[in-house]
Amino acid sequence: MLTRREALFGTAAGAATAAILTAMPSAQAAAEPQPVDVSKLPRERVELVAPPFVHAHDQVARSGLKIVEFRLTVKEQPMVIDDEGTVMQAMTYNGSIPAPMMVVHEGDYIELTLVNPATNEMPHNVDFHAATGALGGAKLLDVNPGEQATMRFKATRAGTFVYHCAPAGMIPWHVVSGMSGTVMVLPRDGLKDETGKPLKYDRIYYVGESDFYIPRDENGKYKHYESLGDAYDDTLKVMRGLIPTHVVFNGRVGALTGDNALKAKVGETVLIIHSQANRDTRPHIIGGHGDHVWEQGKFANAPEKDLETWFVRGGSAGAALYTFRQPGIYAYVNHNLIEAAELGATAHITVDGEWNDDLMTQVRAPAPIASY
Amino acid sequence: MKLMVPAVLAAATALTVAASPAFRNHLPEAAPAGIVTVGPGSFEFRLPGEYLKDGRPVDAPKRAVAFRRGFDIMKDEVSAAEYAACVADGGCEAAEGGNASATLPVTGVSYRDATAYAAWLSAKTGETWRLPTDVEWAFAAAERRRDDALGLAEDASNPATRWLARYRAEAGSSDKRDTEPKPLGHFGTNSNGLSDVAGNVWEWTSTCYVRATMSEDGKVAHSTDNCGVRVVAGRHRGYMSTFLRDGRSGGCAAGLAPDNLGFRLVREAPSLISRLLGMWARAVG
Repeated sequence: MLTRREALFGTAAGAATAAILTAMPSAQAAAEPQPVDVSKLPRERVELVAPPFVHAHDQVARSGLKIVEFRLTVKEQPMVIDDEGTVMQAMTYNGSIPAPMMVVHEGDYIELTLVNPATNEMPHNVDFHAATGALGGAKLLDVNPGEQATMRFKATRAGTFVYHCAPAGMIPWHVVSGMSGTVMVLPRDGLKDETGKPLKYDRIYYVGESDFYIPRDENGKYKHYESLGDAYDDTLKVMRGLIPTHVVFNGRVGALTGDNALKAKVGETVLIIHSQANRDTRPHIIGGHGDHVWEQGKFANAPEKDLETWFVRGGSAGAALYTFRQPGIYAYVNHNLIEAAELGATAHITVDGEWNDDLMTQVRAPAPIASY
Repeated sequence: MKLMVPAVLAAATALTVAASPAFRNHLPEAAPAGIVTVGPGSFEFRLPGEYLKDGRPVDAPKRAVAFRRGFDIMKDEVSAAEYAACVADGGCEAAEGGNASATLPVTGVSYRDATAYAAWLSAKTGETWRLPTDVEWAFAAAERRRDDALGLAEDASNPATRWLARYRAEAGSSDKRDTEPKPLGHFGTNSNGLSDVAGNVWEWTSTCYVRATMSEDGKVAHSTDNCGVRVVAGRHRGYMSTFLRDGRSGGCAAGLAPDNLGFRLVREAPSLISRLLGMWARAVG
């Protein structure tokens, strides 16, 4: 059987070189932003949604440049991070770990309002890896409890980019307490394969991986602290050891399993964005692949194909496109399997549809060893 | 059905006798707090293990099982303090987590830990304590027993149907999942008077994992036991290697694992001979 992918690659192979050559100039031109009269641009306000979901967006821009307004509210709150009920004094944007994903198109402007309610203890800001200047905008967004600020930046580079909190002197603590998210800047004409052919996705999932460093008491039990300030000294000591106590997807062990497992159907193409603001990771779909992977998350680079595992550097977000071909339960893991199985970095994807015997079949079920 | 024989025989030969309160006074730290006599009775039992028919997984067959006499089983799961007494006495290895609470069940124990405790308790009390078989546990669990049959129409073309159905049947939301061990009695008592059956502690049984092939007439054509893996009983059946103390480490990448591993024990009724010997020993001693 000829799959959609084989058909695509078969025709693509011959034309590959020429297509790359023609595709490159447009990417070059987009990298040089032209001055724009921002006051005349249309505005759109987008309500963010909690991961693993992503707010509704066009894969191909249907209009010209615009200003997209987002709002993040810092929530300092205790959060349960595993099944034993371990509580972390967390710092979050909008109450989720990771923080919500923002999607715009290349050349659009992101206008962010950051709110730090008076009930919080800490100053906060945002460093957008997608932004240019002012420590990623952090200098313009420093807000104390009871303050808010608004900053606008132009999305000049297409790709998936981390954003995170970066207050002076406390950056890693804020990040490993939950304050990171992702911006996805799509090319205006959408994603493309290595020959310039359009790529589309039926679903998008946003997996944010976090490493947590929870202090233990003398009996080895995780400690609970009444406030962020109380937790700081002990937490910093664990952080300096560089061995996380938890490595989790979406804020807690098992957040994307069971009833909350990701869902797909055979034949559907899923774009999985994987962010890690602090520490290297290596996503892998057990029983599947990455058809097209932007390992470094930057869409001006041609995607790599047919990857088994991809490497997402700490402080970046990668994007992987995969069309499911078999039904079943897939595990989506950090393929440091100790981190996946023992520390929490496992999600499940349930995929419904028809089994493809050509791709795999059981020739003989387990039975006593035959004597020949 | 090789698997069934020891289970049924053990129960059938058991004589129902009352606990020996006098003996407990000598060993307050070792004697369990309560014993429940279950049965006699009979029930339809879904066999544990994995069953294949025409090379494809199917629901395990059901068998009618009769307990002609009752059997004695601990009302509560073994507590952390009871287990700690065995550790202090050199009979058991420390449980993972190292809790010694009298009100919490012991968790973080392997099959090997559980059998070591049973041997220690037997030596301490002069009685014979052992893990229940899966069929004993299922009978004692009564209305808390869950049939793990999927009841799917046979679909030869799509093996994933069963995988997805199993996953969804056992899946829960991690938001609601609470694996923190709860005080004994927290999950209530079942109709047989056992506490905390199918709470968040899965209980070791002595039953080996079995893979069996069914013939067309529904009989077991052949089966392979793997006693390095035993049945753990709880909200759903699990199969765990005997050395595992944390069920979550034992699950497959895409499986759903037990919250905690603990156990309760069955007391063998003493045989007539051993009772007579005991009486003689007491008379002489």
